[in-house]
Amino acid sequence: MSDFPHTPPKMSWTFSNDVNAEIRRAAATGIYDIRGGGSKRRLPHFDDLLFLGASISRYPLEGYREKCATDVWLGTRFAKNPIHLDIPITIAGMSFGALSGPAKEALGRGASAAGTSTTTGDGGMTEEERGHSKSLVYQYLPSRYGMNPDDLRRADAIEVVVGQGAKPGGGGMLLGQKISDRVANMRNLPKGIDQRSACRHPDWTGPDDLEIKILEIREITNWEKPIYIKIGGARPYYDTALAVKAGADVVVLDGMQGGTAATQDVFIENVGMPILACIPLAVKALQDLGMHRKVQLIVSGGIRTGADVAKAMALGADAVAIGTAALIALGDNDPALEAEYNKLGTTAGAYDDWHEGKDPAGITTQNPELAARFDPVLGGRRLKNYLKVMTLEAQTIARACGKNHLHNLEPEDLCALTIEGAAMAGVPLAGTNWIPGRNGGF
Amino acid sequence: MQTFDLSKDGLRALNSSLHALKGQTNMTAWEVINPKGAHAIAAGVDAPVEITVRGSTGYYCAGMNKQASIFIKGSAGPGVAENMMSGKVVIDGDASQYAGATGRGGLLVIKGNASSRCGISMKGIEIVVHGNIGHMSCFMAQSGSVVVLGDAGEALGDSLYEARLFVRGKVKSLGADCIEKEMRPEHYALVEDLLRRGEADHKAKPEQFRRYGSARKLYNFNIDNAAAY
Repeated sequence: MSDFPHTPPKMSWTFSNDVNAEIRRAAATGIYDIRGGGSKRRLPHFDDLLFLGASISRYPLEGYREKCATDVWLGTRFAKNPIHLDIPITIAGMSFGALSGPAKEALGRGASAAGTSTTTGDGGMTEEERGHSKSLVYQYLPSRYGMNPDDLRRADAIEVVVGQGAKPGGGGMLLGQKISDRVANMRNLPKGIDQRSACRHPDWTGPDDLEIKILEIREITNWEKPIYIKIGGARPYYDTALAVKAGADVVVLDGMQGGTAATQDVFIENVGMPILACIPLAVKALQDLGMHRKVQLIVSGGIRTGADVAKAMALGADAVAIGTAALIALGDNDPALEAEYNKLGTTAGAYDDWHEGKDPAGITTQNPELAARFDPVLGGRRLKNYLKVMTLEAQTIARACGKNHLHNLEPEDLCALTIEGAAMAGVPLAGTNWIPGRNGGF
Repeated sequence: MQTFDLSKDGLRALNSSLHALKGQTNMTAWEVINPKGAHAIAAGVDAPVEITVRGSTGYYCAGMNKQASIFIKGSAGPGVAENMMSGKVVIDGDASQYAGATGRGGLLVIKGNASSRCGISMKGIEIVVHGNIGHMSCFMAQSGSVVVLGDAGEALGDSLYEARLFVRGKVKSLGADCIEKEMRPEHYALVEDLLRRGEADHKAKPEQFRRYGSARKLYNFNIDNAAAY
């Protein structure tokens, strides 16, 4: 009997090494896993779409010769002073507290040099980012940390945050390790304690209240500032419609790939929808209300390349926002720091314990020594370069589709590689005219 | 006295006029008539002026007030004096929910009752309520002081940080991490001062109050406290 071959060891798909490791970690610590970043799952994404390019029926535009414009106006519905950006790639909200002061400065420098906006976060407005950001969006969050009318008035736009893609329906927590004297002072809380950000706003509930809240903000700011409403990718059709009803100038829609400074892994990976599934529903809501292009749509969550930008805009977005990609451009998770990531028990590309404040790149930390490693001038230059490359990439694709403005890209320029992608994006599966869920499909 | 008829001239004209008051001005006394429950009355004022609103207001009256003294001769809707920075707001009647929410400074006086979530997430404001306050008041209150001459509803001070709460009447229940604490001499002095400035010193004495504050057990996440979350 012993001469018969044994069945080779077979690993379980359900109980994979990753799953088992997490079970063991939970059993050992009694605490769920908290981390930064967005979903790490393999999700239906822009990679599941392709552009068709020009053909006999569509004339392409000459690269480097014929103009393909990239500018975007945001806040044209009610605001006296809408924002005009040179490129439709904005920097998403990330807090001082989650990020170091020099990192915020670099985001401002890079965004301004590239002709776009940056955004504050949960923790108030810092001089680093105001001073270095030509266009600064000031987030109005449930915690209201640092909120004051002076900063509202010196912002270029105001973003009322209802939710974010990494955790629709969830609040936040900045753990005590990152609460320096300066962060504590900005948030009116003692140093070293966990600072919770509520999941709901303290003084309004529901869309009818939100409409009145927006009225108040407009009154305080003399109706000058565009008002954005940021929503997580939960129910994008209805949330977009309700944001429009509440008086938004701009809707910011964040899919589950969108990052967070610190949230439970189980939340990040199991709540919300990928951005690909969200965009068409939000656009449909705007179209049904006759508000597409009148209320602008900014989408975020896993935007990495100019191709992603072009695809998001072809699906109907007016602009995109990047967060994680911007941090990588600054130097986050750089393999050059591999030895230091190893000391933290991780590896470059996988480091996500941003809440611990030990970031060797000096970006997601409040440790003065680590933060001092980061050069905001160099970081800003890197971000500008990256934004320029993304823009050129998007223009390259748009010209190939015969478009003289990124906003002229349309769903008809796309096909899908997967059934899931076709169903979510509402474009045909490549080589067919089949859009699952439409025209009698299932 | 500048008299502004809100029903005639509208909210935008009112707030524009009030926002135009910068630094020293001779137009220090304003009266708003016919408010009829309008929202955002006198929101965002930043000048040392006195504004009297003759009637009841809607949402967010005196929101983000700086420096101004605003008197509401009626009741106030939700979020009165939300995120107030400095100055004073005095309400003759009752206040709806979220009164003084996230307030960072100044004094809010409610001569009637305050509804639920009074002082929610407050960050330095001082609040004096002559009557009762509703449930979930002072939720996640970070700093500042609240003096309540009447009773407090359920879950007072839930997830409280460093705000100081003083209640003369009954407290239906305390929220997570909120406990009763000893009244020390500095607390009697604080209550005495707030009663005086809140026009309530003829109604109550400091020694009639009990103090509530944070047990500080939820300040850093601990799995053993999971039942409290």
